[in-house]
Amino acid sequence: MTVATSPAPLLKTNDLLVRDYSAPRDRFDQSWEATLATLLGLGRAAGADFIEFFLERSNFISCQAEDDIISSLSPRIITGAGVRVFLGKADCYVSTNDLSFAGLKVALDKALSIMGLTLPGPATNIAEINLELMRDYASVRGKDNWLAQCSPMQEMGDVLLAANNALAQTADHVQSRRAAYFRDWQEVLVAASDGTFARDIRLTQSVGYNLLCADGEHRSSIGQRSGDTSNPGFLRSWDYQSIAETVAESAGKMLYADYVESGSYPVVMANKFGGVIFHEACGHLLETTQIERGTTPFINKKGEKIAHENLTAWDEGLSPDAFGTIDMDDEGMPAQRTLLIENGVLKNFLSDRAGSMRTGHPRTGSGRRQGYTYAAASRMRNTYIAPGDYSLDELFGSIDKGIYCKKMGGGSVGATGQFNFAVDEAYLIENGKLTKPLKGATLIGEATEIMDKISMCSNDLGLAAGFCGSISGSVYVTVGQPHLKVDSITVGGR
Amino acid sequence: MPTIQDIATYAETSAKKLGIAKYDVYGSSVDETSVQVDKGDPKQVKASNRSSVIVRVWNGDGKVGVTSTSDVDPTGMTLALETAQEASAFGVAEHIPDFSPEATAPTAEVPVEQVPPVPVGDLVSTLVNLEKQLLDAHPAIASVPYNGLAQRDINRFYINSAGALRHEARSYASLYLYTKTEEEGRKPRSAGAIRVDRGLSRLDLQGCLQEATEKTISHLNYAKVKSGKYRVVFSGEAFLSLLGAFSNLYNAQSILDKRSLSTPDSLGSTVASPLLSVYDDALHPENVSAETFDGEGTPTRRVALIEQGILTQFLHSAGTAKRMGASPTGHASIGAKVSVGPSFYHVLPGEAANADFSLDTADQVIFIDELQALHAGVNALQGSFSLPFDGWLVNQGERVSIESATVAGDFRDLLKAIAHVEPEVEITPGGLCPRIWVENLSITGDG
Repeated sequence: MTVATSPAPLLKTNDLLVRDYSAPRDRFDQSWEATLATLLGLGRAAGADFIEFFLERSNFISCQAEDDIISSLSPRIITGAGVRVFLGKADCYVSTNDLSFAGLKVALDKALSIMGLTLPGPATNIAEINLELMRDYASVRGKDNWLAQCSPMQEMGDVLLAANNALAQTADHVQSRRAAYFRDWQEVLVAASDGTFARDIRLTQSVGYNLLCADGEHRSSIGQRSGDTSNPGFLRSWDYQSIAETVAESAGKMLYADYVESGSYPVVMANKFGGVIFHEACGHLLETTQIERGTTPFINKKGEKIAHENLTAWDEGLSPDAFGTIDMDDEGMPAQRTLLIENGVLKNFLSDRAGSMRTGHPRTGSGRRQGYTYAAASRMRNTYIAPGDYSLDELFGSIDKGIYCKKMGGGSVGATGQFNFAVDEAYLIENGKLTKPLKGATLIGEATEIMDKISMCSNDLGLAAGFCGSISGSVYVTVGQPHLKVDSITVGGR
Repeated sequence: MPTIQDIATYAETSAKKLGIAKYDVYGSSVDETSVQVDKGDPKQVKASNRSSVIVRVWNGDGKVGVTSTSDVDPTGMTLALETAQEASAFGVAEHIPDFSPEATAPTAEVPVEQVPPVPVGDLVSTLVNLEKQLLDAHPAIASVPYNGLAQRDINRFYINSAGALRHEARSYASLYLYTKTEEEGRKPRSAGAIRVDRGLSRLDLQGCLQEATEKTISHLNYAKVKSGKYRVVFSGEAFLSLLGAFSNLYNAQSILDKRSLSTPDSLGSTVASPLLSVYDDALHPENVSAETFDGEGTPTRRVALIEQGILTQFLHSAGTAKRMGASPTGHASIGAKVSVGPSFYHVLPGEAANADFSLDTADQVIFIDELQALHAGVNALQGSFSLPFDGWLVNQGERVSIESATVAGDFRDLLKAIAHVEPEVEITPGGLCPRIWVENLSITGDG
């Protein structure tokens, strides 16, 4: 005969007044379990279908050298939390700086009241949420000491000044030199009423140049930036000498460049940051956020051909060091490698929790946000077109008159699928050869049309760091592609 | 949430404990609620109550360090001051920022009506109603994918260790409605409108609805446009967005950094057609976000930037003014490096049109309603731009929407090619501006 053990004491709302729910503000660890499990239970007792807490601490610093001085050193310390409450498919999101139990409860109360719900009254039973044993990506992957291992302020200044000096030695007609670095350390904790309980530390660093050259009325400005998400010593290993040479060379070539003549051309897009074309023209349209709004032409196209048969594309959060790499997304889900398009056929969309709930497409570990003031949304991570079988010579050799887009600027896509992006460094292609530099070009087109015109991909896939602004703020991403040929695209110019 | 007086006390106490004699703090607290709807139901509601401050600390050598933080309790303020103190060792040795000489000068008396926030349910029902009206306005309008109604209370303040203490409170509400059309055999089209005012009760809801409707309908009949040189008319909003993108022209910090289209000697030079006069006027009665002091505590004011085509004044912080022998203009934001930016433009109206400059009679004119992707298509350091736009080809008063096109040029050339400034100004969130006619701009279309 066995004797049943007694159940754990049941929690009532009155108990909240006498229990200690304080948790440390300077670290997110297992000791947060009681606080969050209780708050989640309160939310469920109020009638919410799903509740999620997102806690964030961040320690950001940026440093900038202008010519031969450090002109800016700017630390920023952020603490905050957001609570998201779902009732059916509708949701609301409330954020606060106050991470005390009382502060979080106020935020929860506000979120519930917005959804027409109220916290349970006195002496009401609270069904605490049984959170999973904390999935601690920070500890498992040895990230807890990353912040201490990063370059201190003195080293930031020393490296940037040396880098700017290298640029001065290399470039001609220099009007201004800038070298800039930032380090964004972020600790996050996610707890949700489905039992999710996960912690991570992200360390994102970026360093780069911006060079402005001028000679009379001629001007050129070239920027270059690289990024990392896993190496605390990233700044120390920045090869600024060779990058200074590349930037100086590009600025020199573009200084006297002619403005591009507008028209429709075949173009070769360079690898690495050339991938911004796919990011803007297609990647955004594969986010479930766009399906929810009805602003993507690819709704109901899963399994159908939407691009040239030579095109395969991925979005993933797993590439070592890449700028969009994450161990878990901002909803606590491990990152995945998501096949978007295979040989021209649409395979998957990128989905967060709300997107999955509203569109039916499965979550892909793509729920991302800039910080605690934003609810997570489906966002890209490392997005790139897979390499093909063509050589560079074959790409250029297929063009009698066209444009080589060596360095892309930013871009955007509108509600109707029209995209545009600027070209920072371009060259005229004549009879398969690069003949002269061009400036002032903007590429414009329709997502649905351009995808079928990407006809040749070379075998030199490269990735580049980028920043993507959208509904859930600015997030770090990678864009990438091999060199590729677009058969025809409208080029705005003079 | 601590009061401004609380924060001042925390700062003073922590500074004393850390041996910091000179510091200043600029900050704000924001309480906001926003809603979006989707086919009659609330889609997402957001609410936020947050604070942030930026502290500057001068060390014993007179160098400045800065830190910003969202933690405005005593612990957070102490940490921020400590970090700023550490950063001050790396502060600039030349042209060190100082308190504004006008940080305690009287500010303008601006009558501001603060509108109390309404319940979230009212925001939702208002937006649902507007969405329904928009969907009912024309059978081609299939959805309103981008919509939002928000209300916000902001308290901002500036304090320094020399006794300056300024604060002001404002309330805002904003509405945007952007449609998407669907018609068999036609490409989807999109258009919209935005309104900002001091509260929901003051928002021009019907005006926003009407503008979004009319613009959407006007874009249903679309065609490609031939590439070439055109006479172009910029709406007030489009012209202001371009002016803002090239604000380094009159930004003293950019000029001192040699990252401007101007130099310190450019004052008095002709930069535009004599038809153009541009002011920056934070205190203009139409500016719903009128602020009476900037990030350094300097009172804001009206500044003449361009008068009859002549560059007359730069926008200044306390530091740039000192370096250039001028007065601060109230356009500073503090940070590790003080930045300068415009507040609210006022482009003066011009004269009545003759037949050459009337959209009712002109031939083959491109009317640009809204410029897009300015973050990507403007090279502010080179002066060039190449931008997609929403607009129409206008011929004898008849408008045909342009399917997809860009406008490109050099901003300095554009300013000098202004042929006409219309007499009526448009009121926009960024300022007041009439329609501006410009000769001979490059348009790239598909036609």
